[in-house]
Amino acid sequence: MTPSMDQRLGHYIWTHTKRQQIWILFIVALSMIPYFLSFDLPKQIVNGPIQGKGFETAGATQTFMRIDFDMPLLGHVVLFNGLELNRLQTLFALSLVFLLLVVINGLFKLYINTYKGRLGERLLRRIRFELVDRILRFPPSQFKRVKGAELASMIKDEVEPLGGFTGDAFVQPALLGGQALTALIFIFMQHFWLGMVAAIIVAVQAVLIPRMRQRLLVLGRQRQITARELSGRVSEIVEGIATIHAYDTSNYERADISARLGRIFKIRYDLYQWKFLVKFINNFLAQVTPFLFYCIGGYLALNGRLDVGQLVAVINAYKDLPGPLKDLIDWDQTRQDVQVKYVQVVEQFQVDRMMDPSLQALSKAAGDSRHPLAAVNLSLVDDSGARLMERVSLQIAKGERVAIIGGEALAEAAARILAPEAGRIALGGDDIWDLPESLTGRRISYAASDVYLFSGTLGDNLFYGLKHAPLKPPTYDGEAAIDHKWALTEARLAGNPEYDIKGDWIDYAEAGADGPDKLFRPVRAVLDAVQLSNDIFDLALRSTFDPARHPQLADHIVDMRSALRDELEQAGLRGLVSMFEADSYNREATVGENLLFGTATGLSLKGRAIGQNPYFRSVMDRTGLGPRLFRMGYEIAENAVELFADLPPDHPFFQQLTFMTPDDIPEYQQLLQKLQGKSFEEASDKDRYKIIKLSFAYIEPRHRFGLLNDELMAKIVEARHIFHDNLPEELESEFERYDAEKYMASASLLDNVLIGRISHKHADGAERVRAMVRNVVNKQGLYDDVLAVGLDFDVGAGGRRLAVTQRQKLGLARALIRRSDYYLFNRPLPGLDHRLQDDIVHRVLELVDQASEKPALIWVLSNPSLSGQFDRVVVFDRGVLTADGPPETLAEKAQGRKERVSS
Amino acid sequence: MMNTMLLKDEVQSLKQVPLFAGIPPAKLKLLAFTSDRVSYGAGEVLFRQGDVGDAAYVILSGSAEILADSPNGPIKITELGTNSIVGEIAILCDGVRTATVMAAMPMEALRIRKEIFLKMLADFPEITIEVLRVLAERLSHTTSELTEARSRQRNS
Repeated sequence: MTPSMDQRLGHYIWTHTKRQQIWILFIVALSMIPYFLSFDLPKQIVNGPIQGKGFETAGATQTFMRIDFDMPLLGHVVLFNGLELNRLQTLFALSLVFLLLVVINGLFKLYINTYKGRLGERLLRRIRFELVDRILRFPPSQFKRVKGAELASMIKDEVEPLGGFTGDAFVQPALLGGQALTALIFIFMQHFWLGMVAAIIVAVQAVLIPRMRQRLLVLGRQRQITARELSGRVSEIVEGIATIHAYDTSNYERADISARLGRIFKIRYDLYQWKFLVKFINNFLAQVTPFLFYCIGGYLALNGRLDVGQLVAVINAYKDLPGPLKDLIDWDQTRQDVQVKYVQVVEQFQVDRMMDPSLQALSKAAGDSRHPLAAVNLSLVDDSGARLMERVSLQIAKGERVAIIGGEALAEAAARILAPEAGRIALGGDDIWDLPESLTGRRISYAASDVYLFSGTLGDNLFYGLKHAPLKPPTYDGEAAIDHKWALTEARLAGNPEYDIKGDWIDYAEAGADGPDKLFRPVRAVLDAVQLSNDIFDLALRSTFDPARHPQLADHIVDMRSALRDELEQAGLRGLVSMFEADSYNREATVGENLLFGTATGLSLKGRAIGQNPYFRSVMDRTGLGPRLFRMGYEIAENAVELFADLPPDHPFFQQLTFMTPDDIPEYQQLLQKLQGKSFEEASDKDRYKIIKLSFAYIEPRHRFGLLNDELMAKIVEARHIFHDNLPEELESEFERYDAEKYMASASLLDNVLIGRISHKHADGAERVRAMVRNVVNKQGLYDDVLAVGLDFDVGAGGRRLAVTQRQKLGLARALIRRSDYYLFNRPLPGLDHRLQDDIVHRVLELVDQASEKPALIWVLSNPSLSGQFDRVVVFDRGVLTADGPPETLAEKAQGRKERVSS
Repeated sequence: MMNTMLLKDEVQSLKQVPLFAGIPPAKLKLLAFTSDRVSYGAGEVLFRQGDVGDAAYVILSGSAEILADSPNGPIKITELGTNSIVGEIAILCDGVRTATVMAAMPMEALRIRKEIFLKMLADFPEITIEVLRVLAERLSHTTSELTEARSRQRNS
């Protein structure tokens, strides 16, 4: 890859595609032969067989396809004597030749267009890759200046036209220039002075039009920059949406967007005006030439100084000039346009102190261990120029346990987030900025509190730090192998790397495991150390999983149901979970759950749709449950309205109202008035639905309105049986019933273990059940399997589906799972309370102690009182090293510092 | 298993609590509805000394023992019966529990969460005054006990 990108687009295209460009030029030239042949043919057909030229006598024949020519030295050569054909035969023969030429021309066109398209797409792929590659090598300071969305819009949109232009970059001017030149020479041949007139006008066009386009280029550049800034702003709004809401600044943002759009509009409108003005002048100049021909040529002809035949020939010849000329000018316009875009983009990616590609070279093995890690005369400044570290020299040897207080910037410098102002950070004597990333990025493991998680699963993120190189290539066979080969060739042709993303990138050895199936032991150790296991376990309990992915677990969970029941029995907590039983009503579940006794998986039984479903309605009719539930829903609405009617909508009590939102209250108030004294039959379909919907969410022990009695419960169970027994086939796939013998894919893992509902009566019931489930899962040896389900949890964009502390713990785990020489933790868990932090520090120290390589652990503490667990404490005060030694001797000093800070 | 006590019965219970004596029944019903109904077996703990106070409890049936930690293990301070409220003080001062509360026999209670209780205080000054009265009573009680203890100390 070139160290700096070529500023000239034409040069860039030529460098990367010259062989293909020459080939396509050759093909284009070749295609001209049938193209020109097909020009002449219609005339031949009309003049010859149709009008009868050469067939004046009946039975006359003409020679067809005779191939002969004169050669110097050889004289007259006859290759093919030709066929003697009569008038009708000639007509058919010539027509067939015409058809043949049409096909050949079409095929040429197809080939040329496809070839050009492919050429363009390859170049686009190359340039896009090159740009992303440069982002990966930007120096860290660059990221404080650029907005991600702007870079994305450059790579995605701004370079896009380059692809389309590539194919035409050289072919088009050659072709059109050739055509225009031919036409011009032809005019010259007819009449020299008239030829001069045409040539002068062409020259005027060639000089004037590009000049006028200068303005267009300026506008084009502005359009590009403003559009890019717009996309940067849009992404800022998305990222800062919480702040915008919190401070009521949405209208400020609206105004800003409106102003930007206004500016973009103005630029674009200007652009249009200029574009059409230029077009107008261009057209005008093109039409001035024939005017001059008519005017001057006519004058000369009338004076007898010009032959009329010559004039007609000149005018005829001229009609072939404006077409190619116009296309040529359009091509030039595109070229300049694309050139501007290209330069605009390339400038943004031309950065000083870009990392050398060799530092990031793919390497399967980590670089050799180097010791010690040292800061040498290191000075750091922030962007405003304020001093963060002042000539610090510090050495950390293999296996040391160092606590740092007040040294966040130092840690960032060691993690290559901050470049030194003076001095350096050295690993084994060499500046870390000169060492390859396969060494610094593996021998040092860094974690801080601002954890970035990539969208994907929890597991993907946990193993992210192990993916340095495709260690095990995937095997392809059959069609996949052919596809893969094609993909490789294409990648090579576009200058992309050939590493296969589908291979296994995880370096198991780095995690201290022999292979994929041994990975879980270190995972468990790490997750336990950062106290994330229980969180992930609970995530797994709440999530659903595909039984096909973990078939054994699904089976085991079904077996676990009775084990859990025994466990509850033994603890005397039988009442904690109310089981689903096919023949009885579950009081802790909603009426709806009791009625359906299963989970709707398809759309026809979910939400509103169930009220419209003909089968469900027929069951309701048959059992007469409709009016009963209607009455129940009516009472619920009455109760809710009575309780909540005079509360403001933001009142905290509404949290308890699970079946309505505050906005529903007035609606139901009106509905109650409307339905007062009306029976089920009198209510409209829509109203019935609204009322019955409420009854579906009712849980007696929770809401305690006293609406269920034994008779009604029995009736609901009866309706359940009828609903199940006659379930039509098409609903069978949209509905999964509760089954004590089967795993329910649509229900959460916890629901599957319980096959029941946690009782509302018990304080902390949910917590106790979870603890018990954890216990049972552990006993059955399934903890790791359940954890594996939790690792499949999708963390969302930027990990936002996890809590902040969970993200921070995951960030720490991601660093800890790698075997490194230096663990560098920069206040990784500021959000946690003191006791928990203390515990995690303790466990992490224990974990690191077990590693055979005796790694060093450097922990920048947010809480100085934790330093007692370390061998050595380094204290910085306003960027100056003030103390360095074992914690005991520093305790007093640290105390003094703390007092100073708090005073 | 069968849960016979309904919202309206809870309202009857709440009416018996001195703290809520002045509140209209409709509001008591709302309070009951927004609270959780919980039950405890004998010996089960509602909360422990030192926990963060997140709820107050109204005993609907059964009774509870109030225990304080001491160097010689927990000491029983008092026992509370049906229709008494417990745990409301820790809510007020954002503090931790000053004692452990344990069910003395199978017990049903209404668990009023902190934010709901505070909202009730804001909406009904009567409750606030009643809480103040209880607090003041306890304070004067504690003060007199302290005085007594000090004079005893001096005399000995």
